[in-house]
Amino acid sequence: MDFNIYDFTSFTTWVHNALTSSMSPGWAMFVELAIVGVVFIAFYAVIGLYLVYAERKVCALIQNRKGPNRVGPFGLLQTIADLFKLLMKELIYIKNADKFLFNLAPFIVIIASFMAIAALPFAKGLHAIDLNIGIFYLFAVSSLGVIGILLAGWSSNSKYSLIGAIRSGAQVVSYELSVGLALLSIVIFSGSMQLSTIVESQANGWWIIKGHIPAIISFLIFLVASTAETNRGPFDLAEAESELTAGFHTEYSGIKFAFFFLAEYMNMFIVAAIAATVFLGGWMPFHIPGLDGMNHVMDYIPPFVWFMGKTAFIIFIMMWFKWTFPRLRIDQLLKLEWKYLLPLNLMNIVLIAFIVLMGWYIK
Amino acid sequence: MICAKVYTPIDYLPIMIQSFVVLGFVVTTMIATHMLGPKRNTKQKLENFECGIEGMGNARSPFSVKYFVIAILFVLFDVEVIFLYPWAVNFKELGIQGFVGVVSFSALLLSGFGYLMLKGAFDWEK
Repeated sequence: MDFNIYDFTSFTTWVHNALTSSMSPGWAMFVELAIVGVVFIAFYAVIGLYLVYAERKVCALIQNRKGPNRVGPFGLLQTIADLFKLLMKELIYIKNADKFLFNLAPFIVIIASFMAIAALPFAKGLHAIDLNIGIFYLFAVSSLGVIGILLAGWSSNSKYSLIGAIRSGAQVVSYELSVGLALLSIVIFSGSMQLSTIVESQANGWWIIKGHIPAIISFLIFLVASTAETNRGPFDLAEAESELTAGFHTEYSGIKFAFFFLAEYMNMFIVAAIAATVFLGGWMPFHIPGLDGMNHVMDYIPPFVWFMGKTAFIIFIMMWFKWTFPRLRIDQLLKLEWKYLLPLNLMNIVLIAFIVLMGWYIK
Repeated sequence: MICAKVYTPIDYLPIMIQSFVVLGFVVTTMIATHMLGPKRNTKQKLENFECGIEGMGNARSPFSVKYFVIAILFVLFDVEVIFLYPWAVNFKELGIQGFVGVVSFSALLLSGFGYLMLKGAFDWEK
């Protein structure tokens, strides 16, 4: 076996060959995908739990507090303890709720975020599936979660939930346009929707640098729009706790509430990972042409670390947003999208098309 | 540009199998929590949440039509965004023709957008 931390292609081929030699190809593929699924669940749980911990620590840092520090060293086991506590809690089925839809909503929310994670390239050769329409696929499945939110809000038969859900619906569909157009700008630059091709095209520099000012505008729009799309502060109107208790998941208890919570944090991870892949070079190391010494040092850092580092950076910015900006009103929120971001985005697309046509970007 | 590989529905099998694995995970967790958690139902507990007072009426009530307008505008504009994706992939081959195409397309889109703005579709309150 040839395990190389810089290129997982040989490792995945080795696993594939080992499985096909011991069983029929159909079963081998099935077992392979099941293994990938289990690995993703473990990854999902760890990332989800530690993002909650990270958020509490970042919040504490910004509010000049200590944050969780009792359970385990530096409070590292706090969220795991919370998970077990939620697992032991009673599930309450309120009297007026639509039982079927009420139970279905957490499933949809979780599965939607899982479908998106399958297409992300974590390192060279390390992805569950490399679709030729990668970006388009991510754009499509990342918006499925809103169906779960709408179902949760409507089926609870509570006014808090309903208001939270319709706010969330209007917000997510509005900001989806900006997310789509911001990603489109990089598709114009790279000429491909396949995520591995987009990452390969950034070997000599990240698109945010190579694409000059229009790419930076796209990146900023993507950052704002994806924060809004994941229902995070300052756009967390769907669960504005001071006015709506908890918004669409007011009536959920126990592990179902935990699923909504986990999915929210995973969606944040997914949009940060998309931003890192598309704008910041994914798992590509940071290179400055000409400085060979530094480039070699950068090459020693494994691609997986680069990917997670960039993602963590964007997640930190999103947490910073949440704990420093006051929450918007619904009319301000929709005005920001429809009156400012969308026209700006469309003009930016035309500008990028012009720049690509004239070849005024680093190829 | 011809795509190197034509994708058939069977290529999406990994995603389907993953969804089933996740479904299994969620169902297992639900069963576990049903077995672990207490089940003590009281009349008050099964009521909708309300801050210390009696709940009033049904939540199945009408809400602002503005949300509906936003949803319709989303359908209109999202289709435009989807149309732009194939254009973006092939833009480098299309050259000046593709640029003229997208400028006229965007101009049409923005004029429709301007009309909506003049009509006040994006103003929450008039």
